[in-house]
Amino acid sequence: MTYKLQFAELLPYWDVLLQGLIFTIVLTLVSTFTGIAVGTAGASLRTFGPKWAGAIVTAYVELIRNTPFIVQLFFIFFGLPAAGVMLSETTAAFLAMTINLGAYSTEIIRAGIQAVPKGHIEAGVSLAMTKWEVLRHIILNQAFRKIYPALSSQIIIVMLGSAVVSQVSAQDLTYAANFVASRNFRNFEVYLLAALAYLLLAMLARSLLRGFGRILFKAAN
Amino acid sequence: MLQFSFWDILSNLLIATQWTIILSLIAFVCGGVVGLILLFMRVSGIKPLEWFTKGYIEFFQGTPLLMQLFLFFFGIALFGVEVSPWMAATLALTFWTSAFLTEIWRGCVESISKGQWEASTSLAMTYIEQMRYVILPQASRIAVAPTVGFSVQVVKGTALASIIGFVELTKAGTMLNNATFKPFLVYSLVALIYFCLCYPLSWGAKKLEGRLNVAR
Repeated sequence: MTYKLQFAELLPYWDVLLQGLIFTIVLTLVSTFTGIAVGTAGASLRTFGPKWAGAIVTAYVELIRNTPFIVQLFFIFFGLPAAGVMLSETTAAFLAMTINLGAYSTEIIRAGIQAVPKGHIEAGVSLAMTKWEVLRHIILNQAFRKIYPALSSQIIIVMLGSAVVSQVSAQDLTYAANFVASRNFRNFEVYLLAALAYLLLAMLARSLLRGFGRILFKAAN
Repeated sequence: MLQFSFWDILSNLLIATQWTIILSLIAFVCGGVVGLILLFMRVSGIKPLEWFTKGYIEFFQGTPLLMQLFLFFFGIALFGVEVSPWMAATLALTFWTSAFLTEIWRGCVESISKGQWEASTSLAMTYIEQMRYVILPQASRIAVAPTVGFSVQVVKGTALASIIGFVELTKAGTMLNNATFKPFLVYSLVALIYFCLCYPLSWGAKKLEGRLNVAR
């Protein structure tokens, strides 16, 4: 191999790459919360809601889980404006991430809800708890405890999947890497650096989520 | 000016779909072969081999598939080899698939009770023989459902090959969109075709899971 890797040429662009990294982190953080909110609502509707609502949720989950994220993103960013909904690339990225994680977390949370013993729900009802109190304090509380690891890995998968939002020019880490590559033609160096940044981010997220889970679910364990 | 009718769009998308299918099959089969080799290394008990596979899996599971595609596309070119999008996509998807399959299969192998290993060791079987005749036949029964389930991810993963210029379903959708300016229709059809490819696999995985639970 006669080619010499030249990482020094990336230095002038450190601010671009850092901004991209921050965008990726913010994108992941925000869509984690919105996605899990959608998932919680979806799972509750599917388990306790009316039949028609459950059917809609099922269709949503299956549709999202069986199509690539990039197609969902393109549909939202290019397809929806044709139907009269104009979105900026950043909004489209957030929306696509939320919808995607929402579908996966619906399935995960539903599994957790089904694992809650029926006797607990009956016990709650017999203590004169309202429907909402039972859902909040008995069902979801236990469900989240059970599915926390699965949800954590899904969050990391979605974070890695977020690299695709660069394709609608949302300015994440991959977009920044593309930008730098187009400036100095050090394609391999910049993508290697970005890949390592993603790797570190994934490892960091994993340990943070684990630590967070330990604090969150400390009480009864 | 050339006009695209609905059937033109659909037939063009379906022609491109065969490349999605071919790429998925190659990635899945090659990924399976590489994954099996890695599995033998991963559970071999030889430390350096285990460290290597651990690092390999960590890298391919911890970085975006898109980055891996870029790295293969631009990385192999550094050796002075002409890289086609086809080659880069095949290689990246193969390695990515193998990392996930190894990890899935490792779980299945580790669920086989220790007594099976001990019994086969006491019969003077070599490591390869143990895996071949004792462990894998049992582990593969458990592995079928999650493996089929993962094939959905492979099909969806091939969509990213469009970004490095490989013309499959997603790329064909983008090109048709540029030609027709009907993004809503085109991307709906693209999503529908992916759904038709993936849903049977998801459904099959779920059925297989159910059957396995009954057998227990």
